[in-house]
Amino acid sequence: MTALAVTRLCKSFGGLRVASDVSFAVEAGERRLIIGPNGAGKTTLFNLITGELASDSGSIALFGRDITRTASRRRAHLGMARTYQIITLFPRDTLLQNVMLALLGLSPLRWSLLADLDREPGLQQRARAALARVGLDQIAERPLAQTSYGERRRVEIAMALAQAPKVLLLDEPFAGLSVDERREVQKLITAIPRDVTIVMIEHNMDVALDFADRITLLHFGEVVVEGTRAEVVGDPRTREVYLGA
Amino acid sequence: MTALTPRRAAIAIALLLLATLPGWVGNSYYINIASQILLWAVLALALNVLVGYGGLVSLGHAGLFAMSGYSAALLLDAGHNHFTANLAALAVTLATSAIFAVLALRAIGIGFLMITLAIGQILWGIAYRWASLTNGDNGINVATRPAPFGLPLASAGAFYYAVLVVFLIAVLAMIVFVRSPFGASLRGTRDQPRRMTALGFNVWLIRFLAILFSGFWAGVAGLLFMYYNQFVSPQVVALTTSAEALLMVISGGSGTLLGPIVGAAIVVIMKNVVSAYVERWNLVLGVIFILIISFMPEGLVPGSVRLARAGWQRLRWGRTASADGPATAALRGGLAPSREAERVP
Repeated sequence: MTALAVTRLCKSFGGLRVASDVSFAVEAGERRLIIGPNGAGKTTLFNLITGELASDSGSIALFGRDITRTASRRRAHLGMARTYQIITLFPRDTLLQNVMLALLGLSPLRWSLLADLDREPGLQQRARAALARVGLDQIAERPLAQTSYGERRRVEIAMALAQAPKVLLLDEPFAGLSVDERREVQKLITAIPRDVTIVMIEHNMDVALDFADRITLLHFGEVVVEGTRAEVVGDPRTREVYLGA
Repeated sequence: MTALTPRRAAIAIALLLLATLPGWVGNSYYINIASQILLWAVLALALNVLVGYGGLVSLGHAGLFAMSGYSAALLLDAGHNHFTANLAALAVTLATSAIFAVLALRAIGIGFLMITLAIGQILWGIAYRWASLTNGDNGINVATRPAPFGLPLASAGAFYYAVLVVFLIAVLAMIVFVRSPFGASLRGTRDQPRRMTALGFNVWLIRFLAILFSGFWAGVAGLLFMYYNQFVSPQVVALTTSAEALLMVISGGSGTLLGPIVGAAIVVIMKNVVSAYVERWNLVLGVIFILIISFMPEGLVPGSVRLARAGWQRLRWGRTASADGPATAALRGGLAPSREAERVP
């Protein structure tokens, strides 16, 4: 079954076309890698898929359901979660509170004025479990401001996983990480079960290529090549895009 | 049994002092000042919901504050009883808050500030110019104060206790609000609205409801103000009222519960007490605010906590350093302030 289908998606900022007839389909459980040089439109594509940007034309379907005009927040309720290239967390809160907020986002409890968030053991337990998945449960009570960059990357992933997504969009999850941190995050992403479909943008080919079932190469907002690792790496257009040869 | 922590002890002492205030103050002038501090604190707490927890700086809250006062005064003038007038006034304030929210939430940041300022000015213009309804600059007199459960609030002491009860309910409501999932959601929209949307939150609706909550308590404060003065006039709706409320929140410490209360106390004392001794009391108020913003940009309450903690840590490290030797002491001394700064909420 197709988890995510993007069909002829177009987006322009004034005269600049950032997505031009982009089409691809990601099967359920698949690991899809989106690559392309800087400015290719990869993050814009994620923003279109999550609804943070409205497309000019084309359609997006999540498990067969058209979500092109669905509000961004509703897409989260339908099983779509994402991480950001530039870490976007809540710096005044602890790690636990960050993940609890992710859980609240999908819970009717978020509207409650009378409940005490510190006395919601179920929510806390689930948040701790999500932090345990990324190996941060030992420092759950630590303020985010006192954590390393690598730990914050893992908190982002924990928040996304806490929402039990069906489709997870990872925007450069290895960006800015040291070799050791990269290895840890790679292990973490590899361990995500196949009931979660993953679409990942990544520049670091050493770690990313091993991860992908299929790869989509974007350039100037267009899909240039799509296929398996061998097909994309062997395609002369890939070399042309990256080396300009 | 619940343990007596320093925090609980401080709260108990504060409650005891507030409960016995008319007894140890004696003079009705100062009891009235205390009533003013408490009623302005309710407005500052209401504004703090938006400024401190929602990151939405409003310069139009005097409009909501005055809306309830004017509505109740008009209804009382028309012969309605206090209960009906107050209930209807709060309903009108809530409806106004909803319109206020729909208009103001078309923008955030400086745009939100400017829209709220414009709404406040429109309401001031209505109060000032629609003389057939509001009696213009002459305002509306309110003949009597209510007598809840048969207890007349005519005296300064009785009115103080009524204001104290409402103030304590407001504080309790704010505590519950801050600890609630909705409060956490509002803080999330302040820090990362884009992320909140991606997590499934309806950022606009959260802000809208926060404005209603804030507007309701601004309305309650407006009723207390109207009964305190037994009079409302366009002066209440003026920009200076909104600015003063904002100063209370910022100077005391936005995003804290105690900050707006302390801020209200500073402004009311400066206006009422210092002005009796210093002709240019506005100058003194300005200097105080400059000092607070210069040395405690986070506000008086969180700033004092930060300085006290830093002082305590230095004292502690200083003691340990004398045993460790000068090199370790220098290293600790150098690290202490930055570590502390990170810990302050």
